[in-house]
Amino acid sequence: MTEKPSVDQIREWLDAVPDPEIPVISLMDLGVIRDVAWEGDTLVVQVTPTYSGCPATSVINMDIETALRDRGIEKLELRQQLSPPWTTDWLSEKGRAALEKYGIAPPQPAGGPDRCPHCGGADLEKLSQFGSTPCKAQWRCRDCLEPFEYFKCI
Amino acid sequence: MAEVDKDKLYQFLLRMGDNTLILGHRVSEWCGHSPVLEEDIALANTALDLIGQTQMWLGYAGEVQGEGKSADDLAFLRDAWDFRNVLLVELPNGDFGRTMMRQFLYDAWSSIMLGHLQKSTDERIAAIAAKASKEAAYHVERSSGTVVGLGDGTEESHNRMQAALDYLWPYVGEMFASDEIDLAMAAAGIAPDPANLRDEYDALVGRVLDEATLAIPAGNYVHKGGRDGRMHTEHLGHLLCEMQWLQRAYPGCEW
Ligand SMILES: [Zn+2]
Repeated sequence: MTEKPSVDQIREWLDAVPDPEIPVISLMDLGVIRDVAWEGDTLVVQVTPTYSGCPATSVINMDIETALRDRGIEKLELRQQLSPPWTTDWLSEKGRAALEKYGIAPPQPAGGPDRCPHCGGADLEKLSQFGSTPCKAQWRCRDCLEPFEYFKCI
Repeated sequence: MAEVDKDKLYQFLLRMGDNTLILGHRVSEWCGHSPVLEEDIALANTALDLIGQTQMWLGYAGEVQGEGKSADDLAFLRDAWDFRNVLLVELPNGDFGRTMMRQFLYDAWSSIMLGHLQKSTDERIAAIAAKASKEAAYHVERSSGTVVGLGDGTEESHNRMQAALDYLWPYVGEMFASDEIDLAMAAAGIAPDPANLRDEYDALVGRVLDEATLAIPAGNYVHKGGRDGRMHTEHLGHLLCEMQWLQRAYPGCEW
């Protein structure tokens, strides 16, 4: 590689890497990429886990590495950053909109979904605090009677 | 950070990590066996959070110990007498009610303990606690809700929850029994003296059990011996036998 790509360029590349469990949002949307910086000729990417036991964490690291190596980055270091902990506030606006379109209600400060992602109905009930991945809970809409997943607010 | 004896810090980290490891394994035993699908998923997710927290605690323990051991080495290659978890978390699951009562009694302690640890003078411990306490708050919300739902439920569910509380209550005291390791952590500002958390715990647990129409059994007897490794119950060996089997049969085997 003759010239180091800019940090903005790298962020753009990472914005094309899908979340392994919810592929409609990117790793940048998810908010797990805390920092991208050059230290000499080494590219350092700071990654924060969503849930401490989330099995996707190692897949995320692998996907970052693959994406950047494909772009010709040779010296790459991934660092885990625990503090400050990830919260759903780190989700981007673009990511929240994509989640809802996909059928997953985006997190709300009130702690529950504000409307059904299928029909927009507001008469909702919680089925379970947990869902198919550590980051989601199960809800149901009483208007259209469809179940849906809600991205938990932490 | 004040100077602290490395071995004492290592022991403290083992206590934190062994609690989450052993409870995480116990809870994972429900996978595929829960009364309803939602509970199965919830228990598996809880177990996953606990195992994730274990990686952080035991990962740091291995670094402090300084013998090049990973979290996996500590989890899979130690014997029963080297574990430092409280006896409460190694007890068998029993029925669903007992599992949820055990979870609640642990979650209540864990959410309080992690709240204090966020102010630790050890930055790494403060960061782990900040991460884990978000999960612990979510766990205690669910386990306390389930204890209330089943305790103040049918006659059958009430009786089972009262029996679970009667069985588990004598194991609660060990979480608050401090020794010289705790005092050294408290003096260095690394962790609170667990004895000082008891009032906060009794208030939280008392409120939930009241709502659940359950009565704390009389008697002050406390089962101890887990967090200092003096004497575990016979159940821990059986649990390790299953949990450690792969690494024992095929040492160094990698995923
Ligand atoms: Zn609907």
